[in-house]
Parts: sequence; structure tokens; C-alpha cells
Amino acid sequence: MNSRISAIIAGIGVASLLSFSVAAGTLDDVKKRGVVRCVVTTGLAGFAYPDKSGVWKGFDVDFCRATAAAVLGDANKIKAVTSTGKTRFTKLNAGEGDVLWRNTTITFSRDNGVPLRFHGVNYYDGQGFIVKKKLGVKSAKELNGASICIQTGTTTELNLADYFKTNGMKYEAVPIETNDEARQNYVAGRCDAYTTDASGLAATRSTLTDPKNHIILPEIISKEPLGPATRHGDDQWSDIVTWVLNATITAEELGVTSKNVDQMKSSKNLEILRLLGVNELSGRKKLGLSKDWAYNIIKSVGNYGEIFERNVGVNTPLALKRGLNQLWNKGGLQYSPPFR
Amino acid sequence: MNDKDGQNKMNNIDHQSLTPPRSEIGLLGWLRKNLFSSLSNTILTVAAIGFLLWLLPPLFEWAILDSIWMADSRKECWAKMEVPEGAACWAFIKDRLGLFVYGFYPMDQRWRVDLSFILLICAIFCVLYEKLPGRKFGLMFAIAFPFITGWLLIGGFGLELIETDKFGGIMLTLIIGVTGISFSLPIGIILALGRRSNMPVLKSLCVMFIEFIRGVPLIALLFIASTMLNFFLPPGTQFDLLMRVLIMVTLFSAAYIAEVVRGGLQGIPTGQYEAADALGLTYFKAHWLIILPQALKISIPGIVNTFIGLYKDTTLVIIIGLLDPLGIGRASLSDAVWAGLAKEVYLFVAIFFFVCCFAMSRYSLWLEKRLSTEN
Repeated sequence: MNSRISAIIAGIGVASLLSFSVAAGTLDDVKKRGVVRCVVTTGLAGFAYPDKSGVWKGFDVDFCRATAAAVLGDANKIKAVTSTGKTRFTKLNAGEGDVLWRNTTITFSRDNGVPLRFHGVNYYDGQGFIVKKKLGVKSAKELNGASICIQTGTTTELNLADYFKTNGMKYEAVPIETNDEARQNYVAGRCDAYTTDASGLAATRSTLTDPKNHIILPEIISKEPLGPATRHGDDQWSDIVTWVLNATITAEELGVTSKNVDQMKSSKNLEILRLLGVNELSGRKKLGLSKDWAYNIIKSVGNYGEIFERNVGVNTPLALKRGLNQLWNKGGLQYSPPFR
Repeated sequence: MNDKDGQNKMNNIDHQSLTPPRSEIGLLGWLRKNLFSSLSNTILTVAAIGFLLWLLPPLFEWAILDSIWMADSRKECWAKMEVPEGAACWAFIKDRLGLFVYGFYPMDQRWRVDLSFILLICAIFCVLYEKLPGRKFGLMFAIAFPFITGWLLIGGFGLELIETDKFGGIMLTLIIGVTGISFSLPIGIILALGRRSNMPVLKSLCVMFIEFIRGVPLIALLFIASTMLNFFLPPGTQFDLLMRVLIMVTLFSAAYIAEVVRGGLQGIPTGQYEAADALGLTYFKAHWLIILPQALKISIPGIVNTFIGLYKDTTLVIIIGLLDPLGIGRASLSDAVWAGLAKEVYLFVAIFFFVCCFAMSRYSLWLEKRLSTEN
């Protein structure tokens, strides 16, 4: 029986490999189609959600828009391919989407086992805990014996088990399916703490009637670097996605924003001039992009900092601080190779 | 003689003046008969009333009396309440109603959905209401309806093309539900007849199909439709996701309908088959005129049951990334401006599904009564 199953899986693998080998030329497909199809989530606060009129918004969606701006010169030419956690990779690998911008943690097995190509990190997340203040808990290490709401079937479940085992503590898992369910259970007191990615905790906390009575514990127990992914086998397209992300980070580092990008075209900084296409970047033609690709990104979507602040920053309901997502020279991890 | 007279008198008295005892008629009689006929019945009644008293007033207060209809965000909604989260914030549903109904259909083209909806109501009316004058044309319209609506919704031939991934919300549920229901019945009947056929190849094909579909959960079929199919098709072929889902849902419910109809066919006495044969009717005529009308009549509850199941199963499409009302609701909940109003969303979706399914079940009851030939 097992061998038969593995034969079937191998069959699917071969079929998928075949489709990869023909999938080269995503850029041409996208240009012909006139639209970039991005695999996004079916809804995650701050990262991807439909607004009142059905237009997708959010941090990940903005990066999708940046991709469209770079490739097609128009940030609005995107199509959101909604997918659940289970179908996201097959949707990408089966060619239903061109690129995945979907709060996806980069891991070894996803990179090599699925397989995917990752292109850097657009959001550094990590798993944390939220507890009620009156519980008097100041650190995750004091959670011994607590009941904890946890989404089943996720990496967070495994991280939690690892963390408690390592610290010699016990916990009682209260399995839940969605963020909303977690919120209800947590508010009703069915669990002492709720654990998920810190960005998700912030979103949940913002929806409570009394956010001030809840604290997010300082411990981050896992690394969740979230980043875009593409199919294997199309280096040109993969490079484009890599450099779209890099362009937004470099723009912030150089102080180029959507507001001052036109003035910056007459800047004296040579890297800015190369970024904005005033001076030629060697290799750009091989990438198949127009001269003003990065200019289009910054003009229509903004630099990394602008995208961050607009969707998840301190002035949004999520009120996330930059933290690890601050630029490398300001104490964070966001670092782009130079445009040279 | 005397006896007879006496009896007559008695009868007369009976008919004319004696009313039933007071305890047997009116509200009191009804109450006594139905709610307080025995000790256990009385206990159940009191418990049920107590439960309703405990449940309904707070629910009524939460959902209607104190509810907020005008607000631009969750915060504003909660600020208007005595206690935050103490009442329903229907402003959220109102704000998202367009999304709930039309999904991602472009704003300026939504009249096409409205028109399709009106046509749908007309078509349903034509099919379900028999006394309609000129029903023949009505039925012809109903047969043409899927094609007209298909053109209206997708476009082409003069209308702007709308890709099916823009479909969502109630509209998507209706599309999947109506397509599944209207195509699975004929396919199911054919499968049921095939399964009872004497031709071995046809019979085994039907049995294999039915048993395969019934043995696999709908979710698995949807996954196959959504992910695996793409790997087997030649690269570059675009096979519309919604179309794949429609086919899978239709086949799935056809297999169940087949079994329900088979049950109906087996419920027909052999005498009916023999009578049809004796009249010299062909297989098709015998089935069309004698067997199927009776078999379908007794299968109505089962068929409607399958339809209701199918209709509710449409929510499963969220797993493969299509957003039905439930999916739209969940996605809307991730808009940080409104997030946290899960109760309202789920209640709204529940009411929508209840209204649809309850209407179906009422219609089937009415149909059963109308078709009933027993006295």
C-alpha cells in the first residue's frame, strides 16, 4: 500500500517537474497577460484583506503591487489568487499564481522539499504569547501549567511543544482553528494565554474591548522569517522578485519616498540615480525590466518603511513597532545588497 | 321501531346542540392536548419555556434592540454601546453587504448579477409553480436560463469579460448551488437507471462511479479539482477553477441523488413494471410515463435532503481559495478596522443559509402534499 502511495506521489512529482521545466518565461506570460497573479492569504489582518469594495489591501498585497509596478509599470494590475495554508504551494507550483506573497515562513523543507525559491525576508516575525495583565505573568517562563490556545496543524504548535519541553514546563493545549475562535476562547477565559506570530497577536489584541488589560510577553520563541516565493526553474522571474524587495529596502535606506522620488531623480547620490534609472544599471536589460522599474515601485507603492507604516505600523490598528524589521543601520535586520 | 326512533333522536341531538367539552377545544384544549397531556410532557414544556425565556430576551436585546446600524469602524460601534461588545454591530455587515452579495465583481458591472438574480427567481417560479399560464415557454426559459446567466455573468459577445475568480459571496453560493442542483438531478436519475440496468457494462460503470464518489469526501474531490488536475493537464492550459468546482460538486451530488432515486425505484411494486410491459410500452416510455413519476414522488424528501446538503457544502470551497459568504466574512474579519466582530458575521451567514434551506424544505413538503394521491 505504502509503495503504491509513494508511486502516486512520485508520479505527481514527475508531472510537476515537467510543468516546471516548461514554466520558464513567467515574465513573458505576465507581460502578455498584463497582470501579475499573486498568491495571497484568504485574509490576515494587516497583511492581506479585501476592503469594502473588494479591493485587496495589506502589507503582502502592497509588495504584490510593487511587483506589478516594476514589471508592468502599473501597480493596479494585480490579481489576488486567494489560498489557504494548505493550497498555497500547489497553487504556485501548478502555475495558478506567478509569485507568492503570503506571510510564508521560510524553512529548509519548504525551500527544498516543496520545492520553492525564496527571495529574502519582507517581514521578520516570531511566535509570542498574549496574557491578561491580572494574571501577573511577566515572562513566558512563568507559564508553567497554563492552558494555551493554539492553532492546530501549524508550525506554532510544534514550536510551543519544543519551547515548553526545553524549559521543563507543562501546559494544557486548547486547540482552535482560526484567529477569531482564539479570540473568543481567550476572552471567555478558556485559555490563560494565546500563542501565535507576534503580528497576529497584535492584531488580536487590537480587537479586544480592553487592550490595555492584556500584554504581549517579551519572549519570542521562534524565528518566522516571512518572504516571497516563486517556482523553481525560472531564474529571470526569481531575480525580479528578489530585486523588487531589495529596491523597496534600498529606497528607504537612501531616503527615497513616494513623495520625494521625483526630486530625487536630480540627486547627487549615484546609487539613487542608478536605482531610479537615471543612470544605467548594468544587467537590467537581462532582467527584462524597463529603465524606470524601481522608480515605478517607489512612486506608486512607496519604500519599505512606507509600506510597513501604511499597513501594520504604529498608526494602524495593529500598531506594530519596526523591531527586527527596522533597517540594518537602525538596529534591525532589513538589509539590501547594493544597487551597483 | 322505538329503538330506531330513539337512535334518530340521539343522532339529532348529537348533530345539533352538543358542543365538545370545553377542555377539548380552543386554546385551552390545544394546550392540554399538545403541551400538558402527561407528566413528562408537562416537564418538557416547562423546561422548554424556561430555556426560551433564558435565551430569547438577551438575544433579542443583543441582536435587535441595542444593535448599532450606523458606524464606520468597530471602535465607533463599540463607543456607541453601553458596554463594548454588548450588542450586535450590524454596521459591519451593512458596510460589507456589497462584498457579501457580489464578491469581487466589478462595481460598475454589478447590474449583471442583479439581472441574473431576477432571472433566477423567474426561472425557479416557472419550474416550481405549475399553474402558470404559458408554462411551456416558462420551462423553455428555465432550460435556457443557465446559458443566459452564464453569458450575463462571464461576458463576451458584447459584454465585458469578467473572470470567474471575481465571483464570490452569495452570488458564488447561488451559482454553485443552482448549477449543482439542476444538473445533478438528471445525471443522478440516469445513474440510478443505469445501476438497475440489465446491461452488465453499463451497470458496472454506474456502480463504480457511484461508489467511488460516495467513498471520497467532497473536500478531497475539491482538492483534486483545485490542485492535482493542473498537474495532469498539459502545461499552459487554463481550466477555469470555478468550472472544475462546478463539475466536481455536480458529480458528487449526482452520485447521492442516484442512490436516493434508486431507493425510489425499488419502492415501486413489480406490478407496475409488469403492467407497463403488458401495455406494450418501451423501456423509455414505461419509465417516463409510469415508473419515474411514482419513483421520484416517493424520493422527494431524500432528493431535497441531498440538495440542502449540497447547498450547505458549498462553504467548503473556501479550502481551495474561493470565497463564499463564509469566506468573505472571514476575510472581512481580517480588516483591522472591523476585526473582532465574528459573532455578527457568523450569525448573518447562518441566517442566509437558514432562509435558503428552510425555503427548500418547505417547498418539498408542499410538493409532497400536492402530489399525494392517498386519501
